[in-house]
Amino acid sequence: MSLKTRGRSSVLIAGGVAAAFALAACGSSSGGGGTASTSPSTSASVSAECQPYAAYGTFAAGTTVSVFTSILPPEQQKFEASWAQFAKCTGITVKYEGSDQFEAQLPTRIAGGNAPDIAFIPQPGLLAKLAQGQNPPVAAPATVTANVDKYWNPAWKNYGSVDGTFYAAPLGSNMKSFVWYSPSVFKAKGYTVPTTWEELTALSAKMVKDGVKPWCGGIESGGATGWPATDWLEQIVLRTQGGDVYDQWVNHTVKFNSPQIKSSMDLLAAWMKNPLFVNGGHGDVKTIATTAFQDAGKPILDGKCGMLQQASFYAAQWDTFKKGAKIAEDGDVYAFYLPGIKADIPTPIVGGGEFVAAFSDKPEVQAFQTYLASGEFATEKVKQGGWVSANSGVPLDAYTDNISKLSAQYLTKSDATFRFDASDLMPAAVGAGEEWKQLTAWFGEGKPTDEVLNAIDAAWPAS
Amino acid sequence: MSATTISDEKVAAPESVSSAVHRNLSSPWASFAVIVITILWTIPTLGLFVTSLRPSDKANQNGWWNAFIDHTFTASNYSEVLTGGAVIPQGIANFFINSLVITIPAVLIPLAIATMAAYALAWIPFRGATFLFVTCFALQVVPLQMALLPLLQLFNKGWKVNGVSIIPPIGGHGTYYQLWIAHAMFALPLAIFLIHNFMSQIPKDLMEAAVMDGAGHFRIFRTIVLPLAVPAIASFAIFQFLWVWNDLLVALTFAGGNDQVAPMTVYLSNIKGTYGSALHLVTAGAFVSILMPLIVFFALQRFFVRGLLAGSVKG
Repeated sequence: MSLKTRGRSSVLIAGGVAAAFALAACGSSSGGGGTASTSPSTSASVSAECQPYAAYGTFAAGTTVSVFTSILPPEQQKFEASWAQFAKCTGITVKYEGSDQFEAQLPTRIAGGNAPDIAFIPQPGLLAKLAQGQNPPVAAPATVTANVDKYWNPAWKNYGSVDGTFYAAPLGSNMKSFVWYSPSVFKAKGYTVPTTWEELTALSAKMVKDGVKPWCGGIESGGATGWPATDWLEQIVLRTQGGDVYDQWVNHTVKFNSPQIKSSMDLLAAWMKNPLFVNGGHGDVKTIATTAFQDAGKPILDGKCGMLQQASFYAAQWDTFKKGAKIAEDGDVYAFYLPGIKADIPTPIVGGGEFVAAFSDKPEVQAFQTYLASGEFATEKVKQGGWVSANSGVPLDAYTDNISKLSAQYLTKSDATFRFDASDLMPAAVGAGEEWKQLTAWFGEGKPTDEVLNAIDAAWPAS
Repeated sequence: MSATTISDEKVAAPESVSSAVHRNLSSPWASFAVIVITILWTIPTLGLFVTSLRPSDKANQNGWWNAFIDHTFTASNYSEVLTGGAVIPQGIANFFINSLVITIPAVLIPLAIATMAAYALAWIPFRGATFLFVTCFALQVVPLQMALLPLLQLFNKGWKVNGVSIIPPIGGHGTYYQLWIAHAMFALPLAIFLIHNFMSQIPKDLMEAAVMDGAGHFRIFRTIVLPLAVPAIASFAIFQFLWVWNDLLVALTFAGGNDQVAPMTVYLSNIKGTYGSALHLVTAGAFVSILMPLIVFFALQRFFVRGLLAGSVKG
């Protein structure tokens, strides 16, 4: 009995070892192959479906590119489906690895000497930290730069650059200036979608009178707890102070404890810390700190909460609350644009996105990088649904769902005041650290505004 | 006063203590306390189990105790976890095998090294044996987290002094062997300590008799010490198995999280999805992953308490 199991387990181990060595062998043999093997298989033998991918070359079997990202299933399957044809035609195997510990794991792996080939970095602040550290990412090859120049607004390229070097092409984009609501509840109660800040405030007051808390929110997100609160602050800062102050705030020339940011915090307190307004369906103000951001919007479907300020990607969440929830202007749930506050700041939009950084200059990595920056890839990915790109190579009618289309409409608006998520632009010690922590304390422990702002300023790295 | 009375006390003390403990533990009040504690400690697990049987909308809607009111149970969470579903299409089986492939060598390698080292430290007199043993013992205080990054650098970059390679890089990231070595290293101090203390209590007469019969160290080790040390070995094996089976940090750092090598803990942390907190799937997955430790524990259980006590008394 024990002999039998021991025998089986050793076979298992031997199998594992053999597989490991086979993998290693493949890796080393393909190193020499590279793009050189492109020439024999000329365009005549390339099938029609592979024609669009001929420019990327073909690679020896077993050539792999590893991708490390914070994006987990089920979004993983959509990514894999969108580059499946590319992988098939070029012979490159893309090894996808998602982790919810991405922000902690990536620097560890780089320092430890096994950086992934490609990482999808959701924070330009983290990108800047990596670029200034040891073993920085590889600067983007000319083919990637050409694609980004062709398809993206120059602002995006700027966000993927550090100290004048362009490293990372943008990938997906988020529209963060949305408010989620239930059209059916609005219709039943006779509410109308507000188009100005005054209308929004009036609507909130009306809901209070009707006995429903107008707003719900949740900022709990594991190691990233606090990030939704930074988004709320950014919405207010951009809406009341405008793009220039916003940029100065990002550079820390306008400090957190300056009057501009303080007044924005006061306005935020009157909105999301107002005990009359929050936290619909969850409890009192403090529950904002302990409610998972994923669960925050659930009471909207039950009519226990009126509205939730959250980004476009929240669309994926509704189905988990209610199977087959219809996201449309006449459905179970939909979003409207969070209105501007001042007339001289037209259509303020806070957005976000990921950037593709490479830690290897192998030809297969650069081919994949180039593909990820192309209009063809973005269109393929958009067709998988639930994903928006600021890539102008994507036709608007490729979008399969209402929210993505609505997001793309705003993101491509030419006169909009578009700014990238500030906390993602600030140094990671602040934007992915102290600001999260302090705003969580602001909501959860009622820490005074001045103390919160001073503590965030104190965490700003010197230099 | 005299030496004899002190030694008498010493001999007498453990007996009276143990009988007092025995008397106290078998009183009805003690039994009652044990039952209460057991129930309290089992409630979270029960909650997990009930949640794993609830449909997704109910599980995400309210607490598990509501299941006793609405009586809606389903096995679909388990079928989604086992055969794959919308979140992770390939199911848990693959990760279950990965976990086994990681765990079994990570238990056997340190056991093999530690039993031999413990024997040598306990029964082969050589200069510096005590120093070596104390060093091993002291290494237990080094937290694993502190050693992760240096070890990772050593594996991938090697160690060079002035361009001379002292330790070459072993490479192999994304495969198992870095992981096996790392787990073996982190396990050795406790393993050597535990097994050494057990082995050194084996009566010296046995060894001397064996030497008289012409047995060498290898024969004594194989035929006398190893069979006698089985309780200590088994209890350490359980410890190490549970630790490696439940480990996420070391696995993520040394093997990475791609499907070919990721253990079940990575599956569990990913199955909640990018935005979702798929409670119903996480709990079902957790129960599948509990299976193996339960089997190991019950199979080796009779050695467990004995080995634990025997190893610790002398320390």
